[in-house]
Amino acid sequence: MSTENQESPWRRIWKALKLPSTRYALGTVLVAGAIFGVMGWGAFNWALELTNTESFCITCHEMEENTYSEYTTTVHNTNKSGVRATCPDCHVPKEWVYKVRRKIQASNELFHHFLGTVGTPEKFEAKRLVLATHVWQTMKETDSRECRNCHHFDSMDISRQNERARSRHLDAVQDKKTCIDCHKGVAHQLPKGTFEAEAELNKSMSGAK
Amino acid sequence: MGDFAVKTWIKTLLMAGGLCLAGTSFMPGNALAQVKSLESGVKIDQTNAAPEVHNTVENQRLTRAFRQQPPLVPHRVEKYQIDLKVNQCLRCHDWPYNAQERAPKVSETHYMDREGKRLDKVASTRWFCTQCHVPVTDAKPLVNNLFAPTQPAN
Repeated sequence: MSTENQESPWRRIWKALKLPSTRYALGTVLVAGAIFGVMGWGAFNWALELTNTESFCITCHEMEENTYSEYTTTVHNTNKSGVRATCPDCHVPKEWVYKVRRKIQASNELFHHFLGTVGTPEKFEAKRLVLATHVWQTMKETDSRECRNCHHFDSMDISRQNERARSRHLDAVQDKKTCIDCHKGVAHQLPKGTFEAEAELNKSMSGAK
Repeated sequence: MGDFAVKTWIKTLLMAGGLCLAGTSFMPGNALAQVKSLESGVKIDQTNAAPEVHNTVENQRLTRAFRQQPPLVPHRVEKYQIDLKVNQCLRCHDWPYNAQERAPKVSETHYMDREGKRLDKVASTRWFCTQCHVPVTDAKPLVNNLFAPTQPAN
């Protein structure tokens, strides 16, 4: 046996990859590359969007038992117009770069799912304030970007709002407030100690700016 | 027990039985016919009509009908969480939020426990606002009545 035959198959593939193609025309390689590239890109985004559905979110019992069951009673699930905002509409950014960043962050959530960090309603309740504060902070940092996918100040006809909402929204525009500053707990229950945490968060974030 | 007592006892029993029989044969025509079941004539396999939906009265000044009446709420409250964890009413009506949100302040009596000791937080006996303070809908009274608000004493 020659020494060449003793080379591992992986090494031979690597060697072949490093050399230019001697068998196929450059055109074939380019066309095949384009086709497989589009298919690969499509498959990637298809899989990404598959993880961007409500039914995917509630495959984890933590989500289904706590956050989802609370959400079903709120206005983002049932309302007069029948338009719903599901989990990813609020919790996953629409823009691609932010979306992928959020998806990478979500691997930490996957890790904690397997650790069982919030595996029971009691554990979830104990952790609720921390988790909620994370979301509030993110929303403040992004100027409630995900809310504004649907709710724009510019498109809001405040003359059709009731007096209470109208005066608050006018003030909010002027004070450069963001949605989450007032609309906390619109889709999930508020944790114990919400108002104290809110004050603390406002203080720490106004100091940072 | 004597012979006489036993006889009286049997008589009473027979009379009672007779009355019952008489009752069942006469009652359906009059009194029983007026008693309506909670189904109100709808068969068990039918769906009865949904009750009317009423809107909450908002942005209107709601006056008290008598001095001790807990003030009414002039806005919807169904989305506000009031439980052991949080009371969202207090986010606007408790001091110091009331000034910032331009909302009526919770009465000072609500910061006293049952012994009259002053507290810094709303007393737990007063925690569930909607036990006394309720919104009003545009519904008509279910039963006509003669209730009239107290007249001011001047």
